[in-house]
Amino acid sequence: MSEVESTFVGHPEVAARFPDLHPAFDARAAVIEANRCLNCFDAPCMGACPTHIDVPRFIKKIASGNVSGSAKTILEANVLGASCSRACPVEVLCEGSCVMHGKNEKPIEIGRLQRFAMETYYGAGGTVQLRDRKERRERVACIGAGPASLACAAELRQLGFQVTAFDRRALPGGLNTYGVAEYKLRAADSLREVAMVRGLGVEFENKEIDPTGLEDLEREFDAVFLGLGLGAMHRLAVDGAMSSCVIDALDFIAGYKTGTRLNVPPRVVVVGAGNTAIDAACAAKRLGAQSVTILYRRRRDNISAFQFEYDHAVREGVTFCWEALPKAFSTTGNGVALTCVAVSQDDAAIPVPVAGSEFTIECDAVIPAIGQSPLLELLSQARHVTLERGRVVIDRATGQTTNPRYFAGGDCVNGGREVVDAVADGKRAALGIAAWLSKRTEAHVG
Amino acid sequence: MRAFDAGWGGAVWKTIGEPITNVSSRYSSIDWNAQRMMGLNNIELISDRPIEVNLREITEVKRRYPKHAVIASLMVESKRETWHEIVKRAEGAGADGLELNFGCPHGMSERGMGSAVGQVPEYAQMITEWVKEAARTPVLVKLTPNISDIRVVARAAKRAKADGLSAINTINSITGIDLDTFEPRPNVDGKSSHGGYCGPAVKPIALNMVQQVNSDMVDGPPIPMSGIGGVSNWRDAAEFILMGCGTVQVCTAAMHYGYRIVEDMIDGLSNWMDEKGFVTIDDFRGKSLAKVTEWKHLNLNYRIVAQIDQALCIGCQLCHIACWDGAHQCIHLDRVTGPVDGHVEVHAKPREVGREQIVVTPIPKLDPPTVHVGPYPTTLERIPRVDETECVGCNLCSLVCPVDLCITMVERPTGLAPETWADRTSATVERAG
Repeated sequence: MSEVESTFVGHPEVAARFPDLHPAFDARAAVIEANRCLNCFDAPCMGACPTHIDVPRFIKKIASGNVSGSAKTILEANVLGASCSRACPVEVLCEGSCVMHGKNEKPIEIGRLQRFAMETYYGAGGTVQLRDRKERRERVACIGAGPASLACAAELRQLGFQVTAFDRRALPGGLNTYGVAEYKLRAADSLREVAMVRGLGVEFENKEIDPTGLEDLEREFDAVFLGLGLGAMHRLAVDGAMSSCVIDALDFIAGYKTGTRLNVPPRVVVVGAGNTAIDAACAAKRLGAQSVTILYRRRRDNISAFQFEYDHAVREGVTFCWEALPKAFSTTGNGVALTCVAVSQDDAAIPVPVAGSEFTIECDAVIPAIGQSPLLELLSQARHVTLERGRVVIDRATGQTTNPRYFAGGDCVNGGREVVDAVADGKRAALGIAAWLSKRTEAHVG
Repeated sequence: MRAFDAGWGGAVWKTIGEPITNVSSRYSSIDWNAQRMMGLNNIELISDRPIEVNLREITEVKRRYPKHAVIASLMVESKRETWHEIVKRAEGAGADGLELNFGCPHGMSERGMGSAVGQVPEYAQMITEWVKEAARTPVLVKLTPNISDIRVVARAAKRAKADGLSAINTINSITGIDLDTFEPRPNVDGKSSHGGYCGPAVKPIALNMVQQVNSDMVDGPPIPMSGIGGVSNWRDAAEFILMGCGTVQVCTAAMHYGYRIVEDMIDGLSNWMDEKGFVTIDDFRGKSLAKVTEWKHLNLNYRIVAQIDQALCIGCQLCHIACWDGAHQCIHLDRVTGPVDGHVEVHAKPREVGREQIVVTPIPKLDPPTVHVGPYPTTLERIPRVDETECVGCNLCSLVCPVDLCITMVERPTGLAPETWADRTSATVERAG
């Protein structure tokens, strides 16, 4: 793979339609906000961050004018500190745990401060720096080049190991590049971080590892990290032929982020109410859809999207249709008619359709966003790696799977969480791999 | 005149003397936690305008504002005739009083004026005497703080029969250095010079010096004092008056925000006076002087300890680390939530910050919010515990606590009669004798 990340240029129309959701701090505002931080001892924000960034430390470095020190403090804990500062749901993480809540004050804007430190540092030509350590001969393969693998690979390089990351897509970065709403994290920003990880000496290969490829990897590499995320999105179980009007949410998001899908028909229905559904719905609205409706089989308080994501969708003009299940498509003169049925909750695990409650929504495109399925075919070929409900089973502290040579982290382990969770998994696994390889080498030598 | 329109009662017209040439770039300041101008430094000298222009303007102001006080601040070379002449001219122009600038710490002092006079009690006394020979209006001597004991010059002024004092002038200072050019600020063509420091930062120093002078009985009882030094609002003014000042002077705050600040100074002070039942300034002037004493007269048997209001504690633990690293190691993080309700006395050192535990982003549907249980809004293990047997009542924790009224210092009666160091040492002397 060439250094594609340096040649990727975002589409100008995407840039225009997806400006930053939260404005960046200017230097003076950042210092003022940094000074608000109480500098808690054993700060709860640091505990709440899955990567345990030393938040008060990096904030006080902003206050003292030591912005490069601030960025390095962040990078020490989280090599994807820049994208996390934009993509993290800080409301439920660091900022949610800020002690300022206890005195009825606004929490410190940790996310925006982190972004200020990282963007100032990278903007001035700063890079992720390699620690002073010895090179080691052992080779590790990372399958997938998303956040979990990037974090694992970077940490392994920091420990001296030789790392190659394999990804089936043209651009590395996984969902950071292809899947995060552009107004939060631009593809170009994700690729800048990939370039940082490449700068540490990680090799990237644009290659899909098929089940037979695993055997080759095992021969070539001392350990394998599975950071391959999830597979295709679940399909709608709906009568009628799969309409050409159906676009799955992740393809839709990846399409606009890479500038290949800039036109959206006037009436869009998104099925599902997770964070991806919200991202897709808001994107459809910004790309020109006149009406965007989110269809969800449960009630408002059952959605898996974060509260602030829901609020954001409402502000963007997305409408919601609760307790409705899509049943069938039929093509009409202009577009499709989506026949739905009302469902009743009655505290049942699975909502029950209410007989005779069918209704039709006229639309031009349907975007299912009802979760991704695991990459079972590939995972099942990884020998002795135990899966549970489609997820790789690991030792949480080391990331090691039931096959000691395999480690795993990110969405393929947790079923789909946040970037920062993947980074934390990847870093833990790197330490686990290092410990395991060192022990094995010692045993050989001994 | 704009100041008088805004509500100021008087002005000190600073400083009239043979016109000088000023440099360009004159001020520098200290910002603190993103707040501007906590302290201001200047290397300006006295007026750069001719004496006659200043005096003509004083006449004009007094004509238009006859009820407002105009004090002429004077500084001329140390010759009796020169001082006689300037006093006469200033009074002839209509000045209601004179302030002798014996305080300017930069530039003028190199020429034998300003603090060069104010640092030598004999000179200060001599010039004040010269002025008093000619003056018909009240004479204030402005004191410099750049001296080891400000009272010696105040006494000299008293001996010279000055009508009053004003204190303090600015404090010698270098505010900071440009870390790119290595040049201190303010920068005059690549070089700097020490200046005079003023503004909110100097108020504690000024209050102390004012108290020292106003409590000093040597060479006669205290004479009227005009308080100066970081007065920015009515609270500061009230404090200087409580320390015995009859008036206060404000400069930096007006330079920062304009003359309009006097509105709240008047409003705030009169509201406070109404609340306290004071009718005039004299009802509370000097009230705090009796409450300042020498250390040896403080009660050694008075004991207070820190008390944390657990319902208000937000768990920042700043009191804990302040006590451990900066005080007496008596605020502990050794409480546990759960079956053991209350604290466990482990007296461990603060643990290193850094966490091993695995945390994930909670997903609303999968991870129901953790319901906080416990008697207080903050979980018990985050609320520090004060070991009263070790607490010395230093106040540090209550000073660092960001929540109002969360940490209070409460008295723990010792049951002992009050005893001071003076009592104790005199008792020893008596026993020895």
